[in-house]
Amino acid sequence: MTGPLYIWLIPLFPFAGFLLNGILGSRLPKWMVTTVALLTPLASLGIVLNAARIVFGNGHAFDSLPYIETCPMGWINVGTLHIDFSFVLDQLSLVMLLVVTGVGFLIHIYSVGYMSHDDGYARYFGFLNLFLFFMTVLVLAGNALLMFVGWEGVGLASYLLIGFYFQKDSAANAGKKAFIVNRIGDFGFLIGMFLLLANFGTLTFSEIATKLGQDPGWQGGVVTVIALCLLLGATGKSAQLPLYIWLPDAMEGPTPVSALIHAATMVTAGVYMIARTHVLFDHSPFALGVVAIVGAATALFAATIGLVQNDIKRVLAYSTISQLGYMFLGCGVAAYSAAIFHLMTHAFFKALLFLAAGSVIHAIGGEQDLRKMGGLRKKLPFTFWTMTAAVLAIAGFYPFAGFFSKDAILYAAYLHGPGGKVLWFVGLVTALLTAFYMFRLWYLTFMGEPRSPELHPHESPWTMLGPLLILALLSIGGGWIGIERFAAFLSPSTGARAAESAIPHLELILGGAAVAVALLGWLIADRLYRQKPTQPAQMAEALPTAHRLLANKYYVDEFYGATFVKPLLGFSKYLLGWVVDVGVLGGLAWLLGGIAMFAGAILQRWQSGNLRSYAAWLAAGAAAVLLFVLVPWNAVWPASMELIWKVARH
Amino acid sequence: MSLFSQEVPISWYLLLSAVLFSLGVVGFLIKRNLITVFMSIELMLNAVNLSFVTFAHEWHAVKGQIFVFFVMMVAAAEAAVGLAIIIAVFRARATLAVDRIDLMKL
Repeated sequence: MTGPLYIWLIPLFPFAGFLLNGILGSRLPKWMVTTVALLTPLASLGIVLNAARIVFGNGHAFDSLPYIETCPMGWINVGTLHIDFSFVLDQLSLVMLLVVTGVGFLIHIYSVGYMSHDDGYARYFGFLNLFLFFMTVLVLAGNALLMFVGWEGVGLASYLLIGFYFQKDSAANAGKKAFIVNRIGDFGFLIGMFLLLANFGTLTFSEIATKLGQDPGWQGGVVTVIALCLLLGATGKSAQLPLYIWLPDAMEGPTPVSALIHAATMVTAGVYMIARTHVLFDHSPFALGVVAIVGAATALFAATIGLVQNDIKRVLAYSTISQLGYMFLGCGVAAYSAAIFHLMTHAFFKALLFLAAGSVIHAIGGEQDLRKMGGLRKKLPFTFWTMTAAVLAIAGFYPFAGFFSKDAILYAAYLHGPGGKVLWFVGLVTALLTAFYMFRLWYLTFMGEPRSPELHPHESPWTMLGPLLILALLSIGGGWIGIERFAAFLSPSTGARAAESAIPHLELILGGAAVAVALLGWLIADRLYRQKPTQPAQMAEALPTAHRLLANKYYVDEFYGATFVKPLLGFSKYLLGWVVDVGVLGGLAWLLGGIAMFAGAILQRWQSGNLRSYAAWLAAGAAAVLLFVLVPWNAVWPASMELIWKVARH
Repeated sequence: MSLFSQEVPISWYLLLSAVLFSLGVVGFLIKRNLITVFMSIELMLNAVNLSFVTFAHEWHAVKGQIFVFFVMMVAAAEAAVGLAIIIAVFRARATLAVDRIDLMKL
């Protein structure tokens, strides 16, 4: 490695931006806010690109990864517990950093156009920079505790940005929901960390891997428990079953936030965490199986809900959950590099989908209902073409980015033991559903005749279209690097790719199947939403139960509300609120207050306000002290007792 | 030997000091007029001064004399401030009776 890379500056720049815009932003002119907000992520991106240039450009630098920068003062030193404040740059974190700072910077640019009319302009960019700070800390962290700092921090930034329009009740509630549901996951993460400390005595990822590698006795048992705890954390952050419910509501935030935090970067933190701690999962086949099942189930489950949603952003939200399920599926079949590959391509095309949707929403004055759109292709040609690239990418058409990464995951699933075929089939069905609902969205938005002629859409400014163009290029070409080269690059961090199949051309066949179902999904969408636009309503009428079930999202929110939220609220309100708070604590406070009042009422007489009585007490006190000091009590006391004794005897 | 050539015993001085001090205390406690109360305080201070000087002479220690100067100086400052307060009180309340200056009383 040629000299230090200063990777500690990567999080620091956005943090400086947060401080500047957060504290002074409302008093600065707008162009200065914009400059600060854009330059700080750009500086971070520059450092990341410089590191990437050195890593990719120099064969020897490649070998010297991981590259570690540690704070010389240490961080936590208590007894036998030593935790360093260290940032680690290895293949995995480098890829993730490129995605986070790259996509993050593009979305910052986009936001300049999208938020230009908003009153909270400086506040918005302050929070966005804060998010980037915590996200880079999360990615660079060399141990689980520092990762947890970033983990909580991105949760905070997510909460602040979901509730950005806090005057709206729904936005404030959505923020709270996201925060509280994530607490459940964080509980798992914390327990996992405690177990790691108790069993390994360290939280540093590399040391855990070393200790696991040294002793073959680490298999199942406590490792499974740790892995499942970490998985619980990951399901919270990455919106997997059963904790996915916060993500659809998170769409209350501004659309660029949905693109950056709730599609491209933060929600993939769970996948990143599993890839980071993959040695634990490798030592527990059971935990891996759970990861795969959670992923496959979420992918299918969310995709079915996505079929009937009418809010453009909610369709994309369920699609995000579904795609994250793919990544978990990839992790669950130990194809970590494939999962990270899909994470990367997904960041490109899903950010693009959200930004294009934002461009549509911006153009038609804030309308998000698909049923009121239509025919926007001619009015918004640029948005239309970039969005088309993203739709083709997510549906998995060759040679768009989504094809390569999705295919890599499905291929790995197919090869993964006896249950792998089932996982592969679920993934394939999900691909069909994905293609269908994405093209449904595409047709409803851009094709046909305008359903709301009173709207006068206008194409968005160039600050918004520029990022769309770059992301469209990445959505098309982002997968061309190919899973082989990508996996080979990542292998020092995530382990080697699973063995090749013995069946010739299997990868080709599976890829062909994936494209075929994507095409089938397109054809169905074409038939239902272009050729016979009345048919979807008829189908909904023909299957009322199924449609109601999907439209109401399987009543999961209602179920959670009835089983967890209501009892908990009742418990808090009646037992904790009335009995404990009002009864016990309130009673105690009244009791203490009463004692104080009573004592005060007696002692009050002392405070007569009469100067001479005070002086008399003072003199009496001084006399008492004098008496105490001057009289030789040691001699007087026995003598006087003797005297009393004598008197008493007589 | 005349009466004056003989040294006065130290106990007499101390007794005088104690009597003066007690007079000051009693005056402070029983008098109602703020100025008399004030004078009682001065009496107590000077009674203490007397015992300081007595002990300084007895032990041949000059520290006691120095303390007296400090006490006198503080007493002078206190007299200035105290008299100013008395004047202010009189202007505000038109009385100097200690018992009737009881705004702080409940």
